[in-house]
Amino acid sequence: MALRGNLRDFTITQLLNLINLARKTGTLVVDGPSEQAYVSFREGKLAYTRVGQDDGSLAAVLHKANKLTVNQYRAIVERAGKINDKELGLLLINAGYLSQQDILANLQAYFTNSIRRLFTWVEGSFRFENEMLPPDDRINVRLDLENIIIEGSRQLREWEQLQDEIPSLDMALKFTDRPLKNVNLSVEEWRVVSFINPKNSMKQIAQTNKMNDLEVRRIVYGLLQAGLVEIVRPEGMVVPQSPKMFPTQDKEEQKSLVNKLIGRIRSL
Amino acid sequence: MQTVKMVVTGPFSAGKTEFIQSVSEIDVVSTERRISNAAERSVKEATTVAMDFGRITVNDDLVLYLFGTPGQKRFDFMWEILSEGMLGFIVMVDSTRPETFREARSILETFRAYAPTPYVVAANKQDMEDSWDLEDMRHALRLDSKVKLLPCIATDREKVKGILVELLNNVLSELK
Repeated sequence: MALRGNLRDFTITQLLNLINLARKTGTLVVDGPSEQAYVSFREGKLAYTRVGQDDGSLAAVLHKANKLTVNQYRAIVERAGKINDKELGLLLINAGYLSQQDILANLQAYFTNSIRRLFTWVEGSFRFENEMLPPDDRINVRLDLENIIIEGSRQLREWEQLQDEIPSLDMALKFTDRPLKNVNLSVEEWRVVSFINPKNSMKQIAQTNKMNDLEVRRIVYGLLQAGLVEIVRPEGMVVPQSPKMFPTQDKEEQKSLVNKLIGRIRSL
Repeated sequence: MQTVKMVVTGPFSAGKTEFIQSVSEIDVVSTERRISNAAERSVKEATTVAMDFGRITVNDDLVLYLFGTPGQKRFDFMWEILSEGMLGFIVMVDSTRPETFREARSILETFRAYAPTPYVVAANKQDMEDSWDLEDMRHALRLDSKVKLLPCIATDREKVKGILVELLNNVLSELK
């Protein structure tokens, strides 16, 4: 029977656990809130991951990890049509530039980070394709899932708690009256703080800083707890008054209606 | 016939059904079900799963409906439906159960995100010995000083009337 369903009913950690226990081989395709992910497994071990538009090529992974300079990365991309990841890996090892262990460690870190992103996906659908294997030209790893599952469960709990605290990222932030003095903030926190303005929604702040929902919520939660900021509706955000709110659109009639309600309730 | 509505929301067992019952001219149409969860059953026997519904008739042409939301998170799909077109909302918080404050805060933020309508926070069970002081609750709920946090006893009609009037005064201020 096909393994498919909804993330509301079956979380990513539950899926990983099932794949691990059943020692499955194939690819888990997840249609998340705004992007799609492909996570491949061999006998229950993580082999390969691609999330959204991320270029998961070896060159891109090594460049992101600062193992390749911009110029080296560009040169490789220009020759991308002629050389695949496995060949590139061999080339780098033979040139003494990187060891096999370096390459595998960087790929493992990249794949693990990609999976971490999935832990915040609580909406969407999934299917497991037994026949779909990772692309031949990409280097596969063999990563045990247990640690990823433990971390994922922890992260899911944190995600749920943070979502309770900050249900909507469409809201904005503003500083409270408390001065931002003698406060030790991390670089990431400063990046968020520098965009705090009632005109910017939290979603916009996250996008500008290239943070995911979990990261921005984590920082905002800390600032809220410290009483440094408060959540407000974004300035200039036009939220049309629901036409159903009042039976009339005339302001004076609306006021008269509210006054009648007040009078009636007082007389109860 | 013109109708308007206000929503009473808040965590599980905050006193929303009692609040509506205190002022509704009809018996509250309540969709309560026996609680299956043992931990929740230790707090009360039955809970609202869809909505409570109360009514106050102003005159032949105008009726105010009061909708109470289910407090349990698993019924939150009802919240947005109930909030559609509301004049304002009341967040009920049980002053004696600080373990629910965080959830009350979350519900408040969720409703604020749905609609820019006025709201007040009602600190229920203020007559109980172990109820929290309003100022402590304000800090715990992280309420701005401009937000009205009102003492409440959901079974006391006068208190409930006062809270509804405060909310309507907020609605009136927004119209000015």
